[in-house]
Amino acid sequence: MSARNINFSFGAKTVLDNVQIEVPNGKFVALLGQNGAGKTTLFSIITGLYAAHGGEISIGGYDLRKDIQAALGSIGVVFQRPTLDRDLTVKQNLRYFCNLHGISRSDAYKRIETALESYGLAELHKRKVTQLSGGQQRRVELARATLHNPRFLLLDEPTVGLDHSNRLEFVSNVKALCKTLNVGVLWATHLMDEVEDADYVYILHHGKILFEGKSDDLLETHGKNSIAELYSHLTGKTTDVQHPS
Amino acid sequence: MKLKHAASCFRGILARESLRFLNQRARFFAALVRPLVWLFIFAAGFRSVLGVSIIPPYQTYVLYEEYITPGLLGMIMLFNGMQSSLSMVYDREMGSMRLLLVSPLPRWFLLLSKLLSGVGVALLQVYVFLLIAWFWEVRPPVAGYFFVIPALIISGLMLGALGLMLSSFVTQLENFAGVMNFVIFPMFFASSALYPLWRVRDSSEALYWIANLNPFTHAVEFVRFALYSEFNWQAGLITLLCTLFFLAVAIWGYDPLRGFLPRKGGPAASN
Repeated sequence: MSARNINFSFGAKTVLDNVQIEVPNGKFVALLGQNGAGKTTLFSIITGLYAAHGGEISIGGYDLRKDIQAALGSIGVVFQRPTLDRDLTVKQNLRYFCNLHGISRSDAYKRIETALESYGLAELHKRKVTQLSGGQQRRVELARATLHNPRFLLLDEPTVGLDHSNRLEFVSNVKALCKTLNVGVLWATHLMDEVEDADYVYILHHGKILFEGKSDDLLETHGKNSIAELYSHLTGKTTDVQHPS
Repeated sequence: MKLKHAASCFRGILARESLRFLNQRARFFAALVRPLVWLFIFAAGFRSVLGVSIIPPYQTYVLYEEYITPGLLGMIMLFNGMQSSLSMVYDREMGSMRLLLVSPLPRWFLLLSKLLSGVGVALLQVYVFLLIAWFWEVRPPVAGYFFVIPALIISGLMLGALGLMLSSFVTQLENFAGVMNFVIFPMFFASSALYPLWRVRDSSEALYWIANLNPFTHAVEFVRFALYSEFNWQAGLITLLCTLFFLAVAIWGYDPLRGFLPRKGGPAASN
């Protein structure tokens, strides 16, 4: 998946300025930036919710502008804010998603059962979303995002609101998906500890890619010991970016 | 777009709307109580004050209850259409609208499916209302119960599309609730739902013309004639054209390239 020369503005305010990112299959790519950097807008453009004012996006070989449906069929998305239907049960939410993606009833049944097992949700499938904890809801969203076997996963600050242990569990689930299913992951966050061992890191600052590279290379080039230090060094920001213990 | 995929998607959206509806029983009763109050109390109270002469499609003098029944069917469709659109704004704020819009199907199809599902739910309410009205001795011809279905679907689509169009202009739930007050009540009262237009003309020529320009008037007349197994071409055509117009603007409004939402910061404005 690649986004080249992406520009976007709300009126006179430039939100994204010539942004370029690439997500190879099976790689965990982190998009690091503080709140307001433009991460969610970039996600909205990649998912077709907004149209970029310039640039090109290709997902799994499909041009987003020319072949949006095939492109969208290749991605699974976990948005920053929960998108589960709160009036429905876990299973009903998953079934609804299968319908939206045209997965046949028998196939959907098998995939849902597998996903429920894989994500430890089997015993919760009859519960309404409102009866789940934040961590459980996020797990349901991750399970849902993978039901149609996407080639790429986009996760926009997916751990916001989760406690530390739930965050770590969620991150390790996604990294496992990367390796086992060869899914390319674009993980947007402002939390440093989530990107420390990413395959590739983009630092987005005020709508521009400030820096990019393999985590180790970046640290070595700049003589820093951690991504948090590097981020502070590059942006001059120390307090806006959380680094939870 | 593959037909099988489209059918699966529509089935999913319809099932979701139905499940949400069943899970919100209070909404069902609230939607039903509103027209019943008008039928049982308002119509009974005004029966002697508001006499209705013989006007098409009626063959004879009818009781006021019978006259306002099509208007009340329109009321159910109107409230349901607006509520369905309100839920879209809510979904947009809560995020579940995004899930729908990033589905691999054309946006017009997704929005139309959502509208049709809303109409399906409204139809259920309409028939429960008609059943209760039957016991209240409002008894249109049996064939009318079937003839009225297409009129209800088109009217419901028109009103839902109008709500959808409005929802694409506003970015916050509170704003939309305000907009609804400026739409629902004026549309309902400045129409032929409660009184025939010739009576309106007797008291106000201006209101008569406003009612004539009101798409809801034509939707109600379309339903009224269909309920008596007749087809009102003029009302049907105007309703259909309004449906297409509102739908086109709504789809344009939700288009990421041209619509209103991205310009205003839209559903994903927060970073």
